[in-house]
Amino acid sequence: MSLLQVNDLSIHFGGVKAVQNVSFTIDAGIVYSVIGPNGAGKTTLFNLITGVYKPTTGEIRLDGEGIHGKSPNELARRGVARTFQNLQICMNMSARENVMVGAHLRLDRNLVKAALRFPGLKSRDRELSEEAAELMRFVGLGQYVEARADAMSYGALKRLEIARALAMKPRLIFLDEPAAGLNPKETIEVDHLVRKIADSGVTVVLVEHDMKMVMNLSDRILVLNYGKKLAEGTGEEIRKNPDVIAAYLGAHA
Amino acid sequence: MKKSVYNGLFLVIAILLVLPFIVPNSFYLDLAIRMAINAVIVLGLNLLIGFAGQISLGHAGFLGIGAYASAVLPTHFGWHPLLAMGAGAAATGILAALVARPIFKLKGNYLAMATLGLGIIINIALRNEAQWTGGPDGMPVPAMGLFGFELSNDKQWYWVVAILLSVSVWASLNLIDSPFGRALRALHGSEVASQVVGVDVVRYKVAIFVLSAVFASLMGSVTAHYVGFVSPNFADFFHSIELVTMVVIGGMASVYGSLVGAVLLTALPQALATFEGWETVVFGAILMLSMIFLPRGLVPTLAAKFGKGE
Repeated sequence: MSLLQVNDLSIHFGGVKAVQNVSFTIDAGIVYSVIGPNGAGKTTLFNLITGVYKPTTGEIRLDGEGIHGKSPNELARRGVARTFQNLQICMNMSARENVMVGAHLRLDRNLVKAALRFPGLKSRDRELSEEAAELMRFVGLGQYVEARADAMSYGALKRLEIARALAMKPRLIFLDEPAAGLNPKETIEVDHLVRKIADSGVTVVLVEHDMKMVMNLSDRILVLNYGKKLAEGTGEEIRKNPDVIAAYLGAHA
Repeated sequence: MKKSVYNGLFLVIAILLVLPFIVPNSFYLDLAIRMAINAVIVLGLNLLIGFAGQISLGHAGFLGIGAYASAVLPTHFGWHPLLAMGAGAAATGILAALVARPIFKLKGNYLAMATLGLGIIINIALRNEAQWTGGPDGMPVPAMGLFGFELSNDKQWYWVVAILLSVSVWASLNLIDSPFGRALRALHGSEVASQVVGVDVVRYKVAIFVLSAVFASLMGSVTAHYVGFVSPNFADFFHSIELVTMVVIGGMASVYGSLVGAVLLTALPQALATFEGWETVVFGAILMLSMIFLPRGLVPTLAAKFGKGE
């Protein structure tokens, strides 16, 4: 059975139909990309699936369970992680702490135990700190382990978000334009990183404008245009699809 | 966070240990006790404002509930002061929890307005229920007995308050550097990011609001017993503002900043007494200048300047 099923999903903001009747399924273990021109509704789709927005109509099923309308923290409990196109980093914390926050649900969050510095809690925290450093090295941020978040470059922060998402030990990770604003060298590194994440068994859903990266990584691709599903298929199928070519190049198909 | 943040705690304890032996007279001992009481309240408030990024303009109301519980329950019902203190804290906790859920659906200015309103309502209730509270005139508070002996002189009070302060600093430091504290700081840094990693933001905001309200209530009780008298001024709006100012001047999201803020703003009115009549103006000017030149508060600005992050 597919891991994620989206059926007839729509959201309207006043008169704007940002996503209209979109349906697709994602199998476990694949890299699934969502592409489309700016304003096509890609990020809105991410926000719907990860609980930031509530759909106007339609349903979203994770392992068969309806998750539409659930809040982001409830989805986090079900193993859904994400990164943001416009960075959402806690600048009031160190880089490593940002990653440690990702492990929130795996920790004892008791207030009283924390205030009284229970030894079990403290030793678990030290382990986690090591784990966070390890994750930072995994995403290529080894030199930033002791850095403050507000002292890091844009490209590094993009990867810090990925490390934070991975700290959740998710089943499904949504990456919203992980290569946007990166130079070609960094883009290649992110490309490799996404591949490593997928190889570790996490299902990856990717929004990205870098076509080379998308074609290179994706098992399946969904194309959105004006909030509607334009096409879906493998990279080869999408490349040849006349509607997609028209949408991207403005050609008359 | 490194081990070094706890070094400050040793410094605080050292100062607290030495202080009663070097103060020249009882006036300064009294001042030290007031500073320490305020410091504990400000620590709790800073967890809410500085670390979790929420605002409360009604904290003096919670202080008032604690103070009046310690005045009314032993006087009218013959409760033991400790029991009354606990009841005040429990009532504050319950009230805070009840109002917090709807309040934390609000943000920014609306949250400030809602907490402000709550504080004012508590203050009005204390003024109007004159048969219980003595109304605007206030009422005397019976002495605090602890395990058979009565807390009567300032020296004894000093040690009680010093212990409370040391424990509060220690607990605050622990809390900040824990999964709970990280979640708090994260929801301040980015609410949406903390949500997607699984932080139930409303629950955490409510929890820290209740905790800081209970801190205030307990210290309200302590103040009431120490001063031996309560009046509605304990719970008025200006006191709430004063507490917030201590947080801001000392430094948001800084444990030691809370202490510095409380100490300075408790001492400042005394130091400015020589200006007669002009002290509010000078007080205001000092606040304004420190906001312009030290916007992050004293301790974080100085810590950054000398290259030692807290």
